[in-house]
Amino acid sequence: MVEKIQVQDLSAYYDGALALKKVNLTIYDHEILGIIGPANSGKTTFLRTLNRMNDFSPGFSYEGSVRIDGKDVYRDWEVPQLRKSVGMVFAIPTPLPITVFENLAYGPRRHGIRSRKRLSEIVERSLKAAFLWDEVKDRLHESAMKLSGGQQQRLCIARTLAAEPEVILFDEPCSGLDPISTAKIEEAMRELNKQYTLVLVTNNTKQAARVSDRVAFFLMGELVEIDETEKVFTIPKDERTEGYVSGRYG
Amino acid sequence: MNQLMNPRRTEKIVFFFLLLSTLVVVLPVILVVGIIVVRGSSVLSWEFLTALPRMGMKAGGIFPAIFGTFCLVVGTVVFALPVGIFSAIYLSEYSKRGRLTRLIELAIVNLAGVPSVVYGLFGLGFFVVFLNFGASILAGSLTLAVMSLPVIITASREALQAVPKSFREVSYSLGATKWQTIRHAVLPHALPGILTGTILSLSRAAGETAPILFTVAAFYLPKLPKSVFDQAMALPYHLYVLSTQVPNVKLELQYGTALVLVALAVLMNIVGIVIRSYFRTKKQW
Amino acid sequence: MRRYYERVVEGLVFASGMASIIFVILIFVFLLKEGLMLFREFSVIKFLLGKHWYPISEPPQFGTLPLILGSLWVTLGATAISVPLGIACAIFIGEIASGWLREVLKAGVELLAAIPSIVLGFIGLVTLVPLVKNMFGLSTGLTAFSGSVMLAFMAMPTIVSIMEDALNLVPKTYREGSIAMGATKWQTIRRIILPSAASGIIAAVMLGFGRVIGETMAVMMITGNAAVIPKSIFQPVRTMTATIAAEMGETVQGSDHYFALFAVAILLFVITFAVNFLADWFLHRKKAR
Repeated sequence: MVEKIQVQDLSAYYDGALALKKVNLTIYDHEILGIIGPANSGKTTFLRTLNRMNDFSPGFSYEGSVRIDGKDVYRDWEVPQLRKSVGMVFAIPTPLPITVFENLAYGPRRHGIRSRKRLSEIVERSLKAAFLWDEVKDRLHESAMKLSGGQQQRLCIARTLAAEPEVILFDEPCSGLDPISTAKIEEAMRELNKQYTLVLVTNNTKQAARVSDRVAFFLMGELVEIDETEKVFTIPKDERTEGYVSGRYG
Repeated sequence: MNQLMNPRRTEKIVFFFLLLSTLVVVLPVILVVGIIVVRGSSVLSWEFLTALPRMGMKAGGIFPAIFGTFCLVVGTVVFALPVGIFSAIYLSEYSKRGRLTRLIELAIVNLAGVPSVVYGLFGLGFFVVFLNFGASILAGSLTLAVMSLPVIITASREALQAVPKSFREVSYSLGATKWQTIRHAVLPHALPGILTGTILSLSRAAGETAPILFTVAAFYLPKLPKSVFDQAMALPYHLYVLSTQVPNVKLELQYGTALVLVALAVLMNIVGIVIRSYFRTKKQW
Repeated sequence: MRRYYERVVEGLVFASGMASIIFVILIFVFLLKEGLMLFREFSVIKFLLGKHWYPISEPPQFGTLPLILGSLWVTLGATAISVPLGIACAIFIGEIASGWLREVLKAGVELLAAIPSIVLGFIGLVTLVPLVKNMFGLSTGLTAFSGSVMLAFMAMPTIVSIMEDALNLVPKTYREGSIAMGATKWQTIRRIILPSAASGIIAAVMLGFGRVIGETMAVMMITGNAAVIPKSIFQPVRTMTATIAAEMGETVQGSDHYFALFAVAILLFVITFAVNFLADWFLHRKKAR
């Protein structure tokens, strides 16, 4: 297995308050890593460090290192290039109030793709990969705001794909969605896994169990345990993990 | 007091007086506009709007004044809009809360409060004399542009800050640079607000007299300016001249000029407000 | 390439961000540059306290006291009229009126803001001035009083809109709490809303004052322009703004008269700077809470 992301002794702070404590983990190419844990466990902070979206959080500081493809995200990567390679899907659907097509073309256009034909290809391919093509192929030039919540979230996934990333970060992507929409998104994730490395932060332990290859459990800024999904849910090494997955807290 | 008087009755009496005060303010407005419309419309004709003034402005039309005001408004927007938008972008997207930002805000508040006649003197000292533009459309436009800046900056800044943070996050997460994010994910959605603020400030600039008194205005110039370095007539100055500087001008001619000026200002205001409310109902975030 | 482009744009943005500061400084510097020339020969004390403004007599007199007092009389008169009316108007529109009445009244005030001051000056000249003359049996209607009435009217949109904002900023829970305790609407307004909006109201008054003292054209048209120290509000006066506007056209560039008008502008600039600075301080104090 190829190591895609290496995290070493990563600590993070907001205005000096500890949010992540010496996290060490490796994420492999083409896996789905689920990250679970109660609220304020640091899982979203961790996720947003991978593509440096934490740069916008006031008072954020860090120690340690995060390497993607061997390059340190804070030293070696150019930030726009990093974020292009490490895409992100947010907790609530965030379509821009422009057409479906323009939403999809947003990333490619910013990276210099002008040709209408090329853009159309990318749009179609991305929408198909997010299982949205059939539903919106006749509505490409309508406002993305008119789509349903589940469709909007898949649009956001497709938009992320259109930027041609290698890693995709999901930040509780189904938190506002109904079970059917959730199922569709999980189906898409498993399909995407063939081509991309996925990191999924979720509040829903069952979702992590259904989707991920491996699961990491965060608690109060600490990485408590990381292992294959089966093992975390059946024979956890740490009793705190056991407590969480069996629903005792969180 | 309160024990002696029934609070409900007190309230009724107070509200009555408040209503009265409000009417004292609002009714004259309607009266003023009514007088201008009724008396001004009697001279309003195609000829009045399109002809040159004749007989020392005692007859003929006001076309050069309309054209001059039009040039000034265009000049003002050309200079003030880019600077205003970029300045708002700096305040909303780049600056950090700190002493410099506070200083800029203070400067804006002060620019907004400088009397228009002082702008006129500044324009005279700086644009007309120091930069040697002479009394010209160029110097007048620049003076009006500086005067319009605070309103444009404030309105644009508010419009930019009203754009949800998530738009910026999405753009960054797709690998856009900071400027790309501002240009493509923020600015387009702030444009209606910026436009409204700009049009409102232009309507004020169009009606100003004092700043153009020494920077462009030509007393009586029955021809059109040929370049931006020419003097020009302007509607507000023309009204001033007609009503105080030239004896025995028919009152109707003055009312007609006032009507055109008011109609222009009100029209621009309505356009600005319509744009704002149209996009407000269309806005989905 | 992309990075280079980004740098250039950011430089432009920063430069524009500084524009406001630069212009405030430029305005001040150019007023000083011309205005201070007067004091090579003319003393500052005589300029500020001199009772005679005779710019074209020989030797010329540049005493600004009559102008300062003229501005002050007109402005104080306008403030005395516009503040109570403005507060009443803002309360009525913001707190009491509802539905179409509120919209119509609001539109009325906004319409007033849209009318250029020269037009109001013209209408004042042909309607208000004769009215004042006849009503008080004066020899002329071009008086400080006419100017005050006119200016009070013109300051109204500024005062009303800023006060309305201040009233709107009072949290809804205050109102609901008071009404729930059985207070009438008026009691709520008087005891709860007005005190909480106090600093916004003060700011509105100050900005209104700043607007009035800087007003030029309308004042010049209806206050009679006599540069004498006024003894009553029913006399003609001449304000600082009107002096500049009326005389600058006739001066020779580089003459003492020319410099003196710039010196008057410095005075105006300093006064409005102080007023706006204070008003802003009141507004920010409120925001910080």
